[in-house]
Amino acid sequence: MPSAAKPASASRSRAKPLTRGRAAASAPKLAKPRTKKAAEAARTAKAAAPTLELPEPFAGWFANRGWTPRPHQLALLESARDRRSSLLIAPTGAGKTLAGFLPSLIDLAAKGRRRGNRAPGLHTLYISPLKALAVDVARNLTQPIAEMSLPIRTETRTGDTSVARKARQRRAPPHILMTTPEQLALLLSHPDSDELFAGLDTVILDEIHALAATKRGDLLALDLARLRAINPDLRTVGLSATVARPTELRAFLVGQKSPQSHIELADLIHVGGGAEPHIEILELDETVPTVGHTSLYAIEEIYKAIEAHRLSLLFVNTRRQAELLFQDLWRNNEKSLPIGLHHGSLDAEQRRRVEAAMASGALRAVVATSTLDLGIDWGDVDLVIHVGAPKGASRFAQRIGRANHRFDEASKAVLVPSNRFEVLECRAAVEAAKAGAQDVTFTRPGALDVLAQHILGVACTGPFNANDLYAEVTSASPYAGLSRATFDRVLGFVADGGYALKNYERFAKLKPTPDGLWRLTHPRFAQAYRMNAGTIVAEPLIKVRLIGKRSASRSTLMGGRVMGEVDEYFIEQLRPGEAFVLAGEVLRFEGMGENEAYVTRATARSPIIPAYNSGKFPLSTHLAERVRAMLADETAWSRLPSSVEDWLRLQQQRSAIPGRDELLIETFQRRNLHYLVTYPFEGRLAHQTLGMLLTRRLDRIGASPLGFVANDYGMALWTLGDLSSLIADGKLSLEELFDQDMLGDDLDAWLAESNLMKRTFRHVALISGLVERRHPGREKSGRQIAVSTNLIYDVLRRHDPHHVLLEATWSDAATGLLDIARLGDFLRRIEGRIQHQPLDRVSPLSVPILLEIGREAVAGFAREELLREAAALYASEQE
Amino acid sequence: MLELKPERLAFDDYQVQEISICGKLFRADMSGALYWPAENALIVADLHLEKGSSYARRGQLLPPYDTRETLNKLAAAIDRYDAATVIALGDSLHDVDAATRIGIEDLEILQIMQEDREWIWVTGNHDPHITERLGGHVVGDIVVEGITLRHEPHVGHMTHEIAGHLHPAAKISMHGYTLRRPCFVGNGRRLVLPAFGSYAGGLNILAEPFAPLFGLEGMQAWLLGQEGLYPVASRLLRED
Repeated sequence: MPSAAKPASASRSRAKPLTRGRAAASAPKLAKPRTKKAAEAARTAKAAAPTLELPEPFAGWFANRGWTPRPHQLALLESARDRRSSLLIAPTGAGKTLAGFLPSLIDLAAKGRRRGNRAPGLHTLYISPLKALAVDVARNLTQPIAEMSLPIRTETRTGDTSVARKARQRRAPPHILMTTPEQLALLLSHPDSDELFAGLDTVILDEIHALAATKRGDLLALDLARLRAINPDLRTVGLSATVARPTELRAFLVGQKSPQSHIELADLIHVGGGAEPHIEILELDETVPTVGHTSLYAIEEIYKAIEAHRLSLLFVNTRRQAELLFQDLWRNNEKSLPIGLHHGSLDAEQRRRVEAAMASGALRAVVATSTLDLGIDWGDVDLVIHVGAPKGASRFAQRIGRANHRFDEASKAVLVPSNRFEVLECRAAVEAAKAGAQDVTFTRPGALDVLAQHILGVACTGPFNANDLYAEVTSASPYAGLSRATFDRVLGFVADGGYALKNYERFAKLKPTPDGLWRLTHPRFAQAYRMNAGTIVAEPLIKVRLIGKRSASRSTLMGGRVMGEVDEYFIEQLRPGEAFVLAGEVLRFEGMGENEAYVTRATARSPIIPAYNSGKFPLSTHLAERVRAMLADETAWSRLPSSVEDWLRLQQQRSAIPGRDELLIETFQRRNLHYLVTYPFEGRLAHQTLGMLLTRRLDRIGASPLGFVANDYGMALWTLGDLSSLIADGKLSLEELFDQDMLGDDLDAWLAESNLMKRTFRHVALISGLVERRHPGREKSGRQIAVSTNLIYDVLRRHDPHHVLLEATWSDAATGLLDIARLGDFLRRIEGRIQHQPLDRVSPLSVPILLEIGREAVAGFAREELLREAAALYASEQE
Repeated sequence: MLELKPERLAFDDYQVQEISICGKLFRADMSGALYWPAENALIVADLHLEKGSSYARRGQLLPPYDTRETLNKLAAAIDRYDAATVIALGDSLHDVDAATRIGIEDLEILQIMQEDREWIWVTGNHDPHITERLGGHVVGDIVVEGITLRHEPHVGHMTHEIAGHLHPAAKISMHGYTLRRPCFVGNGRRLVLPAFGSYAGGLNILAEPFAPLFGLEGMQAWLLGQEGLYPVASRLLRED
């Protein structure tokens, strides 16, 4: 547990009720107290120079290590003494985790002394988004506990914990339990959970920014509300390394009151500073590639950097890029440096080995995706290399924080752009990091499918009163705005399906008792809930097993070492004999077993790389603004690598550079096709939605669109109709084409038939418990969900279009997959600011986007057309 | 009778495909129903009525509209051909109690369809008995003009047979896209119908149960799309 002697400044502010309008308008200012000014001023001063002192043996333990307690550590102690909840925002390495645990350790030590070491039961829950983090923190906490001989028992509980141990943890809980939101939900679903949690004093939520505003965060918020209902005196501590949305996180930590005239907030303890990071952009004389997501052109420089440092962390954005970079590095690894690979598709065992090797200093570099984003403290990283643009300022800040996990030393980071647009984006990211800027994310209302899962979980503990549960649910900040009518619809769904056609009353899972309580009708529903709870994982995953060449020729594939997991969706696209890369090895797909994919080591030189999770994060709004500004500012170009500067100058000559608040649209002919290319810089998701809607509109006016392609920076579509002349003849108005009304009927019509909605519905159906992944007595995997959710979606949409699950599906798609809010903002922003350039040929700026054609599947390709083509092929063969 | 070979059929209009089985001519409908012009009969397989409520009994409260959806689709197919006879090839009900769960309105739709036409329920493994409540004649299998209509296809070499039971579906890959659709599958001597029920899933025709019926040679699949029924070359077929 790192801590340093040098005190850091800590500012502290009190929670005060405040109006909603003001909260949204000026969040930072709200930290200021508004009443009892004198008393508050005294408190604030005390926090800055705390008078509170550490009791023994803690004071001695700190002194022995030459440490002085930091102001924020003492501020949290004081906050705990007053039974107040707090959000601690501190850079990585500021002793944040110890600060969070210190009040609990001190309290438990005192209680243990008084009670003669008799266990007071579960005192503190620690919740982390990653089970690896929970395990890591548990390991770090054992040291101070052992050194001070504290009578404190800590344990972890994750999906990997044995059933016997889990059962024992419920009977004889440890004082401190480290776990994940899903495990907490399971613990809470037992009828005796109020006994287990009755004495719970503190909940510590680590990396809370990674959970809030996700479905897992919704589940956690509901579980916190439950814990507060069991023990109203409960205290929470949120730990976060980013300051992106303090108000939202502070509200998450405390119960909201009804009626919602104001937001309740936890105290904010904000540790400033840390040393300025040293960030460089790797710029070579080599020409930066026009397109692509690899850094092969810079691989030698990257290797040199690794050689010059103790331990380098190489971050990439997708698993695919991780596999590629790992391969490229090993191909260049003349000195056989120990270089590891870490991403979410790898087998847990393999990941643990890499983590252990990092911690012991056996590795010189690790290539990683977001699985290492969060504050796991492994090893002495002294360089972070970010390959590809970081896509968002907050993520970048967090990742560079991983170098020198010591608070007062400067982090050292190198950014390696993998194409020309990324050069601009990397510049923007560095500027943002220097300015300490963070992305703004928008609060989203709590998901209704998660609420459905939670309501069933509550029912598993015993009969409940709907009024009380509604009050409890709306005390969780994501659900503070939930109307009673919507709550009742979700409750209705859990009870009997909530369908307009009332057919299922006799099969209801929940029924009201004569005294007005809702009661589970059969205990097997509780069993089914526990088997399926926490299914808040995106895609079903398939285990990949490596078998020998000889066993591959057998008719039944079996056995083999587990290499890792890949998305079911990805495996479905593979044919036996095709090769892909996983765990740094080229593997040949041999076939599917029951629920597993079997592979052999491939001999092929050029593997087909898995496309799973490609480009997961879209470019953030904040970085996009900076990139647009940089493009528009010609004076700044000379500071760019020459290949990039030349590229922009050429663009200026042949077409135009988009103005800061303008939208550039280029049209030109190439071979027999007519192209429209535009550069909104709004991220891949919003561009895909835009492409989908524009092609619909162009189809209607007879321009015969054939396809489109989108990346983070722009979108290109192509048609049979001559767009330039259609515009010149006044038959096509770009202003009308890009009018905001595309988000109305066009969007609805497209979504009605979209596969994307079906995939979204599948997740909603699983999370809400409409279909079960596993059923008692029958283990079912994602592949074997008995009734296809696609069929259910079609039937439900036709017969019950206003059903609450369809509402949940729409809201998921609108926020997560379509980025509709962002597209809407964009369309509003560019109204009356369209700059059209009809061209004779391809423009330099459009080349990177056009080169994506064929690399990425054109979404929206009509399935029916595919069938017609297959049939035509058949017909021609018969002639 | 003239034996029509597939290659002599027109492919312009995909809504209906003509299929011949041992010289008899049939029209496969994009809904998944098979029309026999010479007999003016419509054949459907695996309606699985009340599958939704069958799951609901066990706690999975699937939308209760599957029976209505299936019956509406069947009514539309009957209207299209004005068939005098309807033959349901077994597994018309998802389970033995399904008939007791069918709603009054759905029962009325069924009764209206049964007016003025002969209705034959072939029994299946899901519905070995069919109550009088559902009207129609109940048979184990039936032979019409030398063609046997039964629920479960006879395993091994067999001709003159039309069956259901297996819920055939085909997966094809083109241009990097994969899609999977219910299908008719046959070889000119026997035919297996796709499941007609709105909640009925599909089994890949390259999976084991189909091998003894057709071998791989000469198997022909017609895939159900949104706007038509598409014959597909067997080399485009993919395993799951």
